[in-house]
Amino acid sequence: MREPFRIGSGAGFSGDRLEPAVVLAERGAVDFLALECLGERTVALAQLRKRKDASLGYDPLLVRRMELLLPLLRRNRIRLVSNMGAANPLAAADAILRIARAKRLPIRVAVVSGDDVLASMAPDSVTLENGAPLGEFGDIVSANAYLGIAALLPALETGADIVITGRVADPSLFLAPMALHYGWSLDDFDRLARGTAAGHLLECAGQLCGGYFAEPGRKEIPDMAHLGFPYADVDADGDAVLSKVEGTGGRINLATAKEQLLYEVTDPSGYVTPDVIADFTTANLDEIGTDRVAVRGVTGRGRPVKLKVSVGYLAGYVGEGEISYAGANAEARARQAGEIVRERLAGEFPEMRVDLIGSTALHGRSFDATARPYEVRLRVAARAPTAERAMLVGEEVEALYTNGPGGGGGTRKYVHEQIGIVSTLLERERVPSTVTLKEWSSDAQAA
Amino acid sequence: MPRLHELAHCRAGDKGDTSILSLIAYRAEDYPLLVERVTIEAVASHLRGIVQGKITRCELPKLWALQFTCERSLGGGVTTSLSLDAHGKSLSYALLEMTI
Repeated sequence: MREPFRIGSGAGFSGDRLEPAVVLAERGAVDFLALECLGERTVALAQLRKRKDASLGYDPLLVRRMELLLPLLRRNRIRLVSNMGAANPLAAADAILRIARAKRLPIRVAVVSGDDVLASMAPDSVTLENGAPLGEFGDIVSANAYLGIAALLPALETGADIVITGRVADPSLFLAPMALHYGWSLDDFDRLARGTAAGHLLECAGQLCGGYFAEPGRKEIPDMAHLGFPYADVDADGDAVLSKVEGTGGRINLATAKEQLLYEVTDPSGYVTPDVIADFTTANLDEIGTDRVAVRGVTGRGRPVKLKVSVGYLAGYVGEGEISYAGANAEARARQAGEIVRERLAGEFPEMRVDLIGSTALHGRSFDATARPYEVRLRVAARAPTAERAMLVGEEVEALYTNGPGGGGGTRKYVHEQIGIVSTLLERERVPSTVTLKEWSSDAQAA
Repeated sequence: MPRLHELAHCRAGDKGDTSILSLIAYRAEDYPLLVERVTIEAVASHLRGIVQGKITRCELPKLWALQFTCERSLGGGVTTSLSLDAHGKSLSYALLEMTI
């Protein structure tokens, strides 16, 4: 068996930059490319798009990403796995086939279905957040179980060029190709834990390479305009060396790797995926060269009995308005403006928030008592049951132009629909997954 | 009294209404000081008004890191919060303002 196995991370979220994946496919010498594009809310939003048009509901950037990548994947014999199927993996595969046909590139796409468990959701299912039953939340629009490698492996075993999924645990997207390559057993928890650690380090793409990290003067990262995305060279035991394509921007070092290993991990001694419970406190990280960090020795113990389900519900609307003040007493004028809006709207909007951007908006108070901002932006946000009502918030802020403190400028108003997310658990047996193979070849076309 | 920012770096992550703050010493020799001074109580006091729920702390000596899991810290949850920074991505730098 060829060692090491190289897997690259081509996207860390739905809206991520397009070209780093192209660089990996062109010059990264990767065996596999994984694109993680599905946030918790993203799948609920996709479900809403699918409701309006049954041919939609997959990732909005899928077509642009695949048009760039398909020729390179074929030329360099790279396989790809992605959760860009979102709420409609079958339609995503059809979209990929259309691109392949237009480019006359033969292709086989395997689709993993089964994460959509909306039909199995009971209103009395207990949510993990606060123990309240699902039925207490708003209209439920989506329920997606986090699938693991047990669902992905049958799709990979078809030999398809591309595997498209909906909701899958992010590290599983990376672990599955490793497990396929090395033939790891689903009960080989140490190897699965090590592969999961590598997958977790890769899943946010640029965040391993200095993105969401840099700080001028203290945490310097070169050429962030051209940040490279990472790949891992994984050995047969799951230990890995993280690196990136030479000549790309960014940096992979001990500090970036530590931040990413711990990122969003509620319990480092028990990081839970559908595949394994991994203990990241056992990880040994070593910087073995420029932009090269080894992660070794992670251990695992068992896997969770049930699967986590992410449930999306309609949470109403939020209206926002903003206006800026500058110079002498800027903060006092912004505060006065906020009080005016609050006095006019408080009765109608029980959930309202007034922020002074540039002063106390992010953390509710200033940690530096001596700071006096030159300019301050007032932001008012309130929840409303309808878009029309939410609009009133921005309108009130806009009216401060002529009715509020002096020198207020640059108003903006927004209305957003909110999709809330809560979680629950479901027995594995109630989440059966299936694989559908779709293909296009020039022979089939001729026939 | 050094500011935490001089000794450590930090990244914020989120899960629902929970903010996860990874505090990592730049140098191994400073890690014991973090363990001693950046206690759950100190963090609760420093982030009062932000963290409304329970805080747990996990020590990771191999990474020179402390992981703080702060419940009820994101305005009711990332997806329904009215906050400007609903994910609490900027909370890492609020923690680094702490003097120890």
